[in-house]
Amino acid sequence: MTHGLLGGGYPLREKNAAFDKPIEPLPPPPRVVLPMPLQGGVPCRPGVKAGDYVTVGQKIAEGLPAVHTPIAGRVSTVSPQVQPSGTSVLSVVVDNDFSGALCPAVRPPENPDRLTARQLLSRLESSGITEWNAPHLPIHKKIAAGMGRADTVIINACESEPYLAANNRLALEYPEQLLGGAGVLARLYGVDRVHIALEREKREAIQVLRAKIQELRAPAVVDALSLRYPQSAEKPLCRALTGRRTPPGASAAAIGCAVVDAPAAAALYEAVFHGRPLTHRIVTVAGSGIQAPRNLLCPVGVPIRFLLDACGGVDPKTFKILLGGPMTGHAQYDMDAPLDSSAAAVLAFCADEERSSAHPRCIRCGRCVSVCPVGLRPVVLYRYEQAGRLDRLRQAGLADCIECGACTYVCPGRAPLLQSFRTAKERLGKEEA
Amino acid sequence: MNYSKLNLTGSSAPHIRTASGTRQMMAAVLTALLPALGFAVYNFGPRPAVNALVSIAGCCVCELLFRLARRQDMTVGDLSAAVTGLLLALSCPVTVPYWLLLLGDLIAIVVVKQLFGGIGRNLLNPALAAQTLLALLWRGEMTLWTAPHTAVPLWGAVDAAAMPAPLELLRANDLAGLRELYSLPELLVGLTSGAAGEVSALLLMAGGLFLIGRRTISWRIPAAFLGTAAILTFVFAWGNDRTEWMLCQLLSGGLLLAAFFMAADPVTSPISPAGQLLYGAGCGFLTVLLRYYGPLAEGAGCAVLLMNLLARPLDAYLLTGHIDRPALPELPKMAGKSKTKHL
Repeated sequence: MTHGLLGGGYPLREKNAAFDKPIEPLPPPPRVVLPMPLQGGVPCRPGVKAGDYVTVGQKIAEGLPAVHTPIAGRVSTVSPQVQPSGTSVLSVVVDNDFSGALCPAVRPPENPDRLTARQLLSRLESSGITEWNAPHLPIHKKIAAGMGRADTVIINACESEPYLAANNRLALEYPEQLLGGAGVLARLYGVDRVHIALEREKREAIQVLRAKIQELRAPAVVDALSLRYPQSAEKPLCRALTGRRTPPGASAAAIGCAVVDAPAAAALYEAVFHGRPLTHRIVTVAGSGIQAPRNLLCPVGVPIRFLLDACGGVDPKTFKILLGGPMTGHAQYDMDAPLDSSAAAVLAFCADEERSSAHPRCIRCGRCVSVCPVGLRPVVLYRYEQAGRLDRLRQAGLADCIECGACTYVCPGRAPLLQSFRTAKERLGKEEA
Repeated sequence: MNYSKLNLTGSSAPHIRTASGTRQMMAAVLTALLPALGFAVYNFGPRPAVNALVSIAGCCVCELLFRLARRQDMTVGDLSAAVTGLLLALSCPVTVPYWLLLLGDLIAIVVVKQLFGGIGRNLLNPALAAQTLLALLWRGEMTLWTAPHTAVPLWGAVDAAAMPAPLELLRANDLAGLRELYSLPELLVGLTSGAAGEVSALLLMAGGLFLIGRRTISWRIPAAFLGTAAILTFVFAWGNDRTEWMLCQLLSGGLLLAAFFMAADPVTSPISPAGQLLYGAGCGFLTVLLRYYGPLAEGAGCAVLLMNLLARPLDAYLLTGHIDRPALPELPKMAGKSKTKHL
């Protein structure tokens, strides 16, 4: 089954240097920084204190989501540490003793194949699995909310942004885990088969998955989609796959779809069949400032500097280091900030990728309208924002903007569209509060 | 590695942008017009090229001085002034006096474009508005057509080689006279008299298709424009052979230049797909109407200018966006009707 899709920009065609690089493990880092998840703006209390000895996979906080340490060693401090957002958050810092001692709680359950949906769900409660676009929503909460309401379950194996290659490598190198996750999702949602959606350009990954599905008789089907950025956004993806449109203001659940991203699906399998919590991520390190782009299997919480070091450092002319993809990622200043569970890339730029202008100017070309994945009119929204018309912005559907940045990417006049929409959203939020 | 020595900056996402900016779009338009200019040089000697350079320079200087005087940022680099200059030179007769060309540049850049706020804010296509005004005020100079294969001197005009443009013969409903002067293939290739850049239908179409292929312009506007003009001239052929009449109409005058390079100018045309189709169709309809009944032989210019004025109102109604909402804005309920119902 293949589909065309409305809108979407073309950033997928930007050269992807890491697409064919195999996954390599990051050399064990000397320490990890594990921020406590925020609940109502307050970090939850960690279950360990400075001086405690922790082992791989040990749960150190009961928050939403639960936090597990990816390395074994002694807790050196429990104190506020700088985060990728620039703020400091209460964190547990673990110094690696390089022993790799495994926590006794990490063990495969008995008869994982016989668990009911309820039992499966309770196994996921302490797995710490989240999706890249919802780092504060534990996967068991999301699944519990959608169970019984979804007839189409989709594993989203599309890359969320240009430059990223993690999902491609995951499908190529860990197809059993991905299909195992599909099996778990099929049981949870009570569907016969799970759709695995990826871009048509990933020919090799599609072949590998299709062959594995046959071999394992997995309850899954591969959908090669003809997609443009933002291909991994839920609404466009559901529409491409099912033809159903999500009403404004609603989520995919409203149209009977459940979307789980590929890393989370693979983590489901690991949690259910091996009892392993989510402690590692595949991260693409790339960009013009990186000499040797790579895909690294990294422990969550590793300071960004160790990822850059593993790729031979950055070009001295590098002026921007991003955590996350180039379309929605955050610029970093402090390389001691830890990799969080939602980042699929670390990028360094030393060339003119940004092409910003000191004097941006809309020329009414309308490209932004043709690429908006949710059918907004950025050109009109921008004019309202410039005129300070918040009422008009609300009417025009500003709240439905998914902040993918496609409009800003294509704008020939280099207008700061997304930036202005974010400002307007903040002002609207304040006005309503 | 020591990362503290890096000079790191921050900014709002996205952190990458397409290479195709306003400057690249305008450069594409200039490129697409070059073949037509080259053919003009082949037809009339070096004068069209000199005209083009003078006009481009005139537009750039006008824009530069205006923005300097207003202490605004410099926009000459986006090449939009150069496009205006080239379009104006190509839509005037080869023998147009330089002073007239420069006056046109002044009108186009200062009055039509910059006084409205510069690129993106002007309501009318600057080159077209200036050319139309010149054609109305300096009718003699602006309708002095030179026969093909005439070397035009760099100064002055060549009265001896003057020849009626195909459009003037069509206006007199003299298809036989046109056939005597030019064959259809000659009209297509451009071996006719007429404005410097308007003669070669073939090369203009090639340039237009190049722009459509690069998505610099929308295909809908030229398609609706030319399609409507073709249908109307085919239906109302004044007793001539319908196909021949239609083809002669399409291939003569400024129709193709207007359809591909002026009507499709993104700044002054609608954004919504439906609006673009309506706008193109309106251009085609008005062109035929003005060619048949208007004050000048050519109608395409005034037609596009009139539709320019409608571009933003069309968007106000048809650019509704939001895929999941009704396609048309709800009309206000009629107050009177509901009142009577309740009474």
